[in-house]
Amino acid sequence: MRVVVDFDLCESNAVCMGIAPEIFEVRDDDFLYILDENPSESLRAKLEESVQRCPKQAISIAED
Amino acid sequence: MTSTAVVVGASLAGMNAARTLRLEGHEGAIIVIDPDLRAQYDRPPLSKQFLAEDLDPERIMLQSAKEDLGLDVRLGTRATALDLGEHRLSTQHVDGALSSLQYDSLVIATGASARRLPETAGVAGVHVVRTVDDSLALRADLDAGPRRVVVIGAGFIGGEVAATCRGRGLEVTLVEAMPVPLERALGAAMGEVCARVHVEHGVDVRLGTGVEKLETITVDGIDRVVGVHLTDGTLVEADVVVVGIGVTVNTGWLEGSGLTLDDGIVCDDTLLAAPGVAAAGDIARYYSHRFDRSFRIEHWEHAIAGGEAAARRLLAEQRGEAPTIFDPVPWFWSDQYDRKIQLSGRPEATDIARVVHGSVEEFRFVTMYGREGRLVGVLGMNRPRHVIQLRGLIEEGASFEDACARAEAM
Repeated sequence: MRVVVDFDLCESNAVCMGIAPEIFEVRDDDFLYILDENPSESLRAKLEESVQRCPKQAISIAED
Repeated sequence: MTSTAVVVGASLAGMNAARTLRLEGHEGAIIVIDPDLRAQYDRPPLSKQFLAEDLDPERIMLQSAKEDLGLDVRLGTRATALDLGEHRLSTQHVDGALSSLQYDSLVIATGASARRLPETAGVAGVHVVRTVDDSLALRADLDAGPRRVVVIGAGFIGGEVAATCRGRGLEVTLVEAMPVPLERALGAAMGEVCARVHVEHGVDVRLGTGVEKLETITVDGIDRVVGVHLTDGTLVEADVVVVGIGVTVNTGWLEGSGLTLDDGIVCDDTLLAAPGVAAAGDIARYYSHRFDRSFRIEHWEHAIAGGEAAARRLLAEQRGEAPTIFDPVPWFWSDQYDRKIQLSGRPEATDIARVVHGSVEEFRFVTMYGREGRLVGVLGMNRPRHVIQLRGLIEEGASFEDACARAEAM
């Protein structure tokens, strides 16, 4: 699975970083960085929770 | 035999309850009702992007509304009474038709309604911001280019509306009855900082003054607002007035149902309100062990968490499993101008508030709240990483001094 973030929507609320710090990081410049674009299957639950909890619906999962 | 679940309320809490019921094993019908014909939308944009630009309501649909969950969503349908003994809801459709629904499990997520000023019903130019229709009506009045907008109530909704109006180049007066805005939520010192953000952006901020009455004129038989008389004796001329003075919970239909009502539905610490009945979202009052308080939380994220928890509570009941205590650390955000205010936890006005990072003058800082030696809240302005990371310390029950030391080292 691949992490897709719509950076036009993202407002760096950092919720995803709280749920899945292995995948997401908001840095001191207030921008979101994807640390692991193709996370392992073991992170699926955290990634799905990040998708649900993103206040901007900016995160999705691509299955490829 | 499959069972029927009914969810009352198709907003964030209700939709997440329905979603969780389905995804976690409820096989029977899931009926979701809501009186709002446009329901299943996300509310945070209503005071921000949706007011700022010509956004189609489709653009703010909830994520859960776009999923294929096999829900039976009935919009325009209001619950009017609950019979706990018979497991039956009375309903009324907007066309007037009366009906009833049998349920095996019930989630109540009827939320809250915006409070209005007395005697302002039907006065053109006076608005609240709670629904898509509210926001569309306000946007239309803002599009008309009012001389000035008066926002009554400098809470988070009022602050966001004021910021959005300034972003549209409109003149804004922000009126707050208390000497300091947001004092109950953030304490006096941080409330003053939030007020200063508005002053810096050219808002005419009037603190410690209430509304005496509206000045109106009658044109073609319609009363229209042209100004606001404040209790300090001044008159502020304005064509648009936005009232952001909090909400009242939508529990009227539950009077006499047997559920315990007290500014919300009183639930146990697992969100169960009665056998087979759980509540979620703004309406759910529960006891938090973490904060040793009974409260209800009106935050966006709490509505998701509560909806999920209410669904799981009912599934556990059906399966004879042990329930899970609902006690997440509250978190919310408010975007105003180019500032992002975020709060984790549940501070109170009497807590210690200590700035541990950044600069209040630059509106970029982190403030920690302590009570009885424990960390109970983290406030950030344009510090999202800190707020999210420090939220974990509230979860852990960290001591205030340890938490401050860790925050200062970040």
